Amino acid sequence: MLHRFATFVAGCTILLVLAGSLVTSTASGLSVPDWPTTYGWNMFTFPPEHWVGGILYEHGHRLIASTVGFLTIILAAWLWRAEPRRWVRWLGVAALGAVIAQGILGGITVLFFLPAAISTAHAGLAEIFFCMTVAIALFTSTAWIRGYGSIEADDAMLRRVATTTTVLIYTQILIGATMRHTGAGLAIPDFPLMFGHLLPTHWDPKIAIHFAHRVGALVVTLAIIATSAHIFYHHRGRRELTRPAALILALVAVQVTLGALTVLSRRDVSINSAHVVVGALVLATSLVITLRSWRTALTAVGTELARPPVVGGASSAPTQIPVSQRGARA
Amino acid sequence: MRLRNVWISTLGLALAATVVACGGNKEAASTSTPEAGATAAGQKVDPATAGDVKGTVTVDGAVPKNEPIKMNADPVCMKANKDPQFQETYMVGADGKALGNVFVYVKDGLGNYVFDAPTDSAKIDQQNCRYHPHVFGMRVGQKLEIVNSDPTMHNIHALPKTNGEFNTAEPMPMKTDHVFNTKEVMVPFKCDVHGWMNAYVGVMDNPYYAVTDKDGKFELKGLPPGTYTIEAWHEKLGTTTQSVTLAAKESKEVSFTFKSTGASATN
Repeated sequence: MLHRFATFVAGCTILLVLAGSLVTSTASGLSVPDWPTTYGWNMFTFPPEHWVGGILYEHGHRLIASTVGFLTIILAAWLWRAEPRRWVRWLGVAALGAVIAQGILGGITVLFFLPAAISTAHAGLAEIFFCMTVAIALFTSTAWIRGYGSIEADDAMLRRVATTTTVLIYTQILIGATMRHTGAGLAIPDFPLMFGHLLPTHWDPKIAIHFAHRVGALVVTLAIIATSAHIFYHHRGRRELTRPAALILALVAVQVTLGALTVLSRRDVSINSAHVVVGALVLATSLVITLRSWRTALTAVGTELARPPVVGGASSAPTQIPVSQRGARA
Repeated sequence: MRLRNVWISTLGLALAATVVACGGNKEAASTSTPEAGATAAGQKVDPATAGDVKGTVTVDGAVPKNEPIKMNADPVCMKANKDPQFQETYMVGADGKALGNVFVYVKDGLGNYVFDAPTDSAKIDQQNCRYHPHVFGMRVGQKLEIVNSDPTMHNIHALPKTNGEFNTAEPMPMKTDHVFNTKEVMVPFKCDVHGWMNAYVGVMDNPYYAVTDKDGKFELKGLPPGTYTIEAWHEKLGTTTQSVTLAAKESKEVSFTFKSTGASATN
């Protein structure tokens, strides 16, 4: 039940990411000048008949964010009461802290007229919070608690490649957020060429940011292909790896296409927003692969991170399961 | 005893700092006095010798079509505007050349003339989901009345470069005020609720400015004799300047022409 609720919170968070991307794509970020009130109203009593134009996106984003914040409070409290692994309980607390900080960042960026640094930080923290909810959902799943296989299945190379890929994707998202919030989305107006050439013919800061995002897309795509190829070549029988590997290949193909279409459509609102959402899904999928790649290793070293919860209690003291037994259970 | 010495020393230092600070203020005040004197000694325009500059602004070449506007994001705007709506970027006269909504102003040449502060207010109205007027001028220190006549929500978001940025909620009906403290040509306004709404204000330190009408005509009245740089500003076509020398009581005609490379005629 806790796992299902955590999964639900992660699902709501991706909706929140979509709502946030729509705010930026429609340039509605300042359509509600005040915060935390809305045109002087309490946010929750602002009459629906006034949800027009940009207000619909900005106010909707605030309401969805409040809902996710409320759900995160429940999740953190639930984890604190029912989850025996201390580090998972604290992860719930950290997620709550992140969503509160995220709300404050959102308010500050409105009150200071969307400075690029704060808006980019808002976007970056959104991805971290989403990753936290995905990780909590994963850590509370039966499959994670049981472990994914024998100790022999641990693959140091996969751990390295998958972790690097996740870091690269997050970096790429930060570059994308910087591009978005500095108005550099069309700094290079053509695709796949750049000003009709393979490389930009002239430079300014916006062109450099845009160019970095294109190079980043190439690097991330190669990293994802490398991770997925490694999984399909060395771990063909492990569905917990092959399924997200197949998914992330599909997602990155969609993502690159959406990126190209964003430029070609002159930042169509739907395409632009979908690009942000699929980017978050690529990151989350890579995170799942990475965490699962570490699960077996953590089992092997017997750290608390991999220990199954104590049944029927909230004690942080984990059950000591012999390595051989864990292997047999898998 | 040692503690008492510390207190005495601290008080002494504080007193010394106060004296230095007061002395500093005095110095600053004496430095600023000549400036105030210069302002006070500024020349007033003599109406008996003042002249006028009149003229026309035209555009040469095909002008792009104004972008169509979809107002379906707000039922109030839809109801108020049943006909197809377009941006107000290019306001071209029936002859296809006269250009309206151009801000014409004296950019340079007024020397140390001083002008009375305006007593009336400038006004911008949010009506039928448009800003009225689309282009206008006002003075530094003059009150700008911002009115929302629409039965819907607006926000007015000013994006100046030298004045302070502001973003004010405009619930219906609403009237707020704003004062710009620095000369700036031009300050854009936008409504983030209705993305098509935009306007521009020229904030001037002199009263010699005008906005061309639909026939492209403008008039700058009461200019003292002298040589002036007059600039015409258009939101898309940029700026163009001319030098004009005006003798006492003289009235001169000046024409500005913007070049456009647009593909098609305006709406």
